[in-house]
Amino acid sequence: MDEAVLTSSLLYLDGVAVSFDGYKALRGLSLTLAPGEMRAIIGPNGAGKTTMMDVITGKTRPDEGVVYFGGARDLTLLDEASIANLGIGRKFQKPTVFESHTVEDNILLALKAPRTARATLFGRPAADVAPRIDRILETTRLADHRARMAADLSHGQKQWLEIGMLLAQDPKLLLVDEPVAGMTDAETMQTAALLREIAKDHSVVVVEHDMDFVRELGVKVTVLHEGAVLAEGPIDVVSADPQVVEVYLGR
Amino acid sequence: MQLRRFASIMDARSLIAVALTAAVAIIVPILLLSTPESFPLHAPPYVVALLGKYLCFAILAVALDLVWGYCGILSLGHGAFFALGGYAMGMYLMRQIGTRGVYADPVLPDFMVFLNWKTLPVTWWGFDFFPYAMLMVLLIPGVLAFGFGWLAFRSRVTGVYLSIITQAMTYALLLAFFRNDMGFGGNNGLTDFKDILGFNVQSDATRAALFSTSAVALIASIVVGRYLVSSKFGKVLIAIRDAESRARFLGYRVENYKLAVFTLSAMMAGVAGALYVPQVGIINPSEFSPANSIEAVIWVAVGGRGTLVGAALGALLVNFAKTWFTGALPEYWLFALGSLFVLVTLFLPKGIFGLIDHLRRNRTETPGRGDVAEAGGAKTAAS
Repeated sequence: MDEAVLTSSLLYLDGVAVSFDGYKALRGLSLTLAPGEMRAIIGPNGAGKTTMMDVITGKTRPDEGVVYFGGARDLTLLDEASIANLGIGRKFQKPTVFESHTVEDNILLALKAPRTARATLFGRPAADVAPRIDRILETTRLADHRARMAADLSHGQKQWLEIGMLLAQDPKLLLVDEPVAGMTDAETMQTAALLREIAKDHSVVVVEHDMDFVRELGVKVTVLHEGAVLAEGPIDVVSADPQVVEVYLGR
Repeated sequence: MQLRRFASIMDARSLIAVALTAAVAIIVPILLLSTPESFPLHAPPYVVALLGKYLCFAILAVALDLVWGYCGILSLGHGAFFALGGYAMGMYLMRQIGTRGVYADPVLPDFMVFLNWKTLPVTWWGFDFFPYAMLMVLLIPGVLAFGFGWLAFRSRVTGVYLSIITQAMTYALLLAFFRNDMGFGGNNGLTDFKDILGFNVQSDATRAALFSTSAVALIASIVVGRYLVSSKFGKVLIAIRDAESRARFLGYRVENYKLAVFTLSAMMAGVAGALYVPQVGIINPSEFSPANSIEAVIWVAVGGRGTLVGAALGALLVNFAKTWFTGALPEYWLFALGSLFVLVTLFLPKGIFGLIDHLRRNRTETPGRGDVAEAGGAKTAAS
């Protein structure tokens, strides 16, 4: 690979392989994401979607392959916290928020600010904290719920809260794992709108099963199968690919 | 300004607890020193010592609540930090005996003479100097907790595995301190204390002073605890307890937070142990017994995890019950303690304070939804 590709893509994975006790979760996965791009990743269960996210966010170390962020940073050398602070935010498949904190405090904890124990213990909060929280609550339609405990939110609201927390981090890249799992149709469409809104000024990778949702996003699609890329392109091209139909869509 | 900062970290319950403890710190010594024995409310010295012991346990409970209630680290070895603080104080008290020991050696404590040792071991150097001993009360538990935590949290040992190794830690220390060649008095531990800072440890005035000091230390531990948990640091601790991986992926270095709170908590436990020893007059390896640490967990569970004041209350209540039980029905105390833990776990998962909250919410919810506004108001006041 030449330098130009390395530096111009925001996220660059090449030949990434991961195995767990002999099971090959990823076998030579290669993927590049341009700055500002939104990408949908689809694939059947066990295709390696979540493992790919684990590798990018530092939860899992790949056995082989390279992972670069922003052209220069080798993510395989860093832990989760460092990668998060580089500007990669992650939303889990199951909504994961801080249940015994209020909605507002959830956002507060996610807001981009010094993360060290010393800073959180003795530091003074920045002056613009309140308006930033307001803006995010507005975007995620949670402004009316700010004082509620996160545990009391509905499933869909928790998903949005988690997306809001990602926004508060102000990452360069958002990784979103199945954001509409368990949502109603109306919520699904609202979530698609929310993600398109976010994609205006962030790079986003969305992993999703729901084909209607992916179609609604209207972005380039990467199909994973058995730990590698099977096809890539616009949804209509990809869904017409006979290989893709066979492994995934046909069922 | 300072006062406002103080008011902003203290919730109503903490203020009540601090006020009550302060009142007790003044009244109990008066009842001991200035009332005749015939006075019905006269506090005899043994009662003052007993109450002082309870206060030390309450400090230990607050320390444990910081790590367990707020950060989800269930330490089953906090008794070890308490005991180490106690040993540091015990070593100071041993060095104060001087020639008044049975063997009248000016330097060596009796047990060393008995073991035929000729010189004071390096570990004992400096302990005749009170400030050094007090520094060690903080440093020894702190350093152990830091080293232990550094290894455990960095390797991401969590949950029941962490609990088991904390238990192993205190058990290992128990076995080590039993050995005579460790140089800490072996099986018998350290006892037969005479003076603390030149005052006779047995005298009523010293007892009163130790009691009040314990009460002040309890107040300090509640204030420090409140300062921690009402800061953003405290919010991160709760975040780690609720969803550790989420906190990590938000960029918080979870192991550093755990290490910080664990070390601080161990130092608080050390202070509790140091105040405990002159009041009970002995420190021996049985203080490292895993059962002690588990009992401390029960106090916190009974009072209510993640409430600080509740933990202190739990320690007081369970120990009052223990004193009564071991007097009235000694052979049934452990059964009562065990059933208490089972009952609290099943029916009062949030302890006494959780129950109070629950009852209060039910009461306010029936007439109107005023509780939401109240909670919101409390929130703004607390942040």
